[in-house]
Amino acid sequence: MNRIGVLVVGGGPAGLAAALAAKENGIDNVLILERDQELGGILNQCIHNGFGLHTFKQELTGPEYAGRFIDRVKEAGIPYKLGTMVMDIRPDRTVLAMNREEGMVEYACDAVVLAMGCRERPRGALNIPGYRPAGIYTAGAAQRLVNMEGYMPGKEVVILGSGDIGLIMARRMTLEGAKVHVVAELMPYSGGLKRNIVQCLDDFGIPLKLSHTVVDIQGKKRVEGVTIARVEGGKPVPGTEITYKCDTLLLSTGLIPENELSLSAGVELSRITSGPKVNESFETSVPGVFACGNVLHVHDLVDYVSEEAAQAGKAAAEYAKNGAKPACDTIPLIPTGGVRYTVPVAIRRDANQGEVTIRMRVDNVYQNKYLCLYKDGERLVRRKRMIMAPGEMETLKIDLSKLAGAEQITLRLED
Amino acid sequence: METKILTCIGCPLGCTLTAVPNGESFDISGYTCKRGLEYAKKELTRPERTVTSTVRVSGGKASVTSVRTASDIPKDAIFRVMEAINAIVAPAPIAIGDILCEDIAGTGVALTATKAVEEK
Repeated sequence: MNRIGVLVVGGGPAGLAAALAAKENGIDNVLILERDQELGGILNQCIHNGFGLHTFKQELTGPEYAGRFIDRVKEAGIPYKLGTMVMDIRPDRTVLAMNREEGMVEYACDAVVLAMGCRERPRGALNIPGYRPAGIYTAGAAQRLVNMEGYMPGKEVVILGSGDIGLIMARRMTLEGAKVHVVAELMPYSGGLKRNIVQCLDDFGIPLKLSHTVVDIQGKKRVEGVTIARVEGGKPVPGTEITYKCDTLLLSTGLIPENELSLSAGVELSRITSGPKVNESFETSVPGVFACGNVLHVHDLVDYVSEEAAQAGKAAAEYAKNGAKPACDTIPLIPTGGVRYTVPVAIRRDANQGEVTIRMRVDNVYQNKYLCLYKDGERLVRRKRMIMAPGEMETLKIDLSKLAGAEQITLRLED
Repeated sequence: METKILTCIGCPLGCTLTAVPNGESFDISGYTCKRGLEYAKKELTRPERTVTSTVRVSGGKASVTSVRTASDIPKDAIFRVMEAINAIVAPAPIAIGDILCEDIAGTGVALTATKAVEEK
């Protein structure tokens, strides 16, 4: 069995930043396991710009942003294995991995960082009626085909879901000569960033139909048309159907943290984020197992992933050096009054140095509200927000010393 | 001229900008950084965008590399730039930052590679 200080599962932006932080915090024996043939994860197919303004004060494309972290990992001499699939993680932090050269390999790890990212919600999870013809792709699969393999999936396109990948692909397909007829969104608001609506849809005159969904797909061998209809109270409204002749349907209907391995390790998951429940150090319910990036909760900005992953990597390094902290009660963070979830879900009572960044999402679109943090009955923070939307993550930073002695911390929106 | 509401595309925060006409120019508010102010001024007079796409690669481990315009180009030149990009075939190896075209479609802006491609 191989002994590893900090083992990082996944070589995307979260894994790279976590590994760097673990190394910088005194762990020599760090290892990254990546199932793809290169480091960088999903950034390799995100060729659009807009990454890195927070981290590098520059507007980079996805591959450029990944390239900077990959260079730093190589300079730091952190070992990584490509084409290597982690098969199992046990509660005692034994990690079982597999690749073509070594077969099955077992690692005994002082600490493990989960950085597996997320997956797209597939058609099978959407209950769309119709045949199963060729021409239906998740937006991310189409993105990989166009940007990395050099193939166009189709010429006449309808997109369901206005998540960022769907919006980005509406522009990308248009630039490559396809006609994008419409982007239909089930919710009454877009799940994507405002800037992407402006520069991906408005710039090209692509209509966004809110409160609409796909009710039929025509074609048996190849998509021949897609029918959308307006939705009210969760049901399509008869008579509002519009049919578009098209050969391609792209689905951008949400991302789900990929936690099969976390479950086999015994990690407790949140029902809301589908990611692990973590404390202020990004430690899961299994001691010595940490989580960061999109496997923890889906982010809008890779910059925040890098920041969060660096904190998780540092905490994992401390665990690997010092072992588990003594058992300790936690202060729960309770999302309420418009706040849907928080990361972390709890703060250890003995964590009273430095500050904690609380990341959260709201459950609807709100204007001119205050984001408030309560320590029991006492309001400690009240921040004005002109606009809040489920598609845009909110953050609050607070000194841990201010939370000492609390029974619970509550996050809510107020007028 | 009437008041215009813009969404800044300078970064993913997407600040809402308000441009109130004042004589020949606009009074702009709502931006939270310099980029926002610059974006609004440009968007009202001469809108520009960065174009990102892919270029075919010959003799490389990958068949395409990703590219970007080194800076913004006029918005109305986007499709002209795309045509020029699609005509390029770049020989491997390619490093991030390599200039694949000095002046793309007469915009005066260079086209650079954003992904490394090794030789086959």
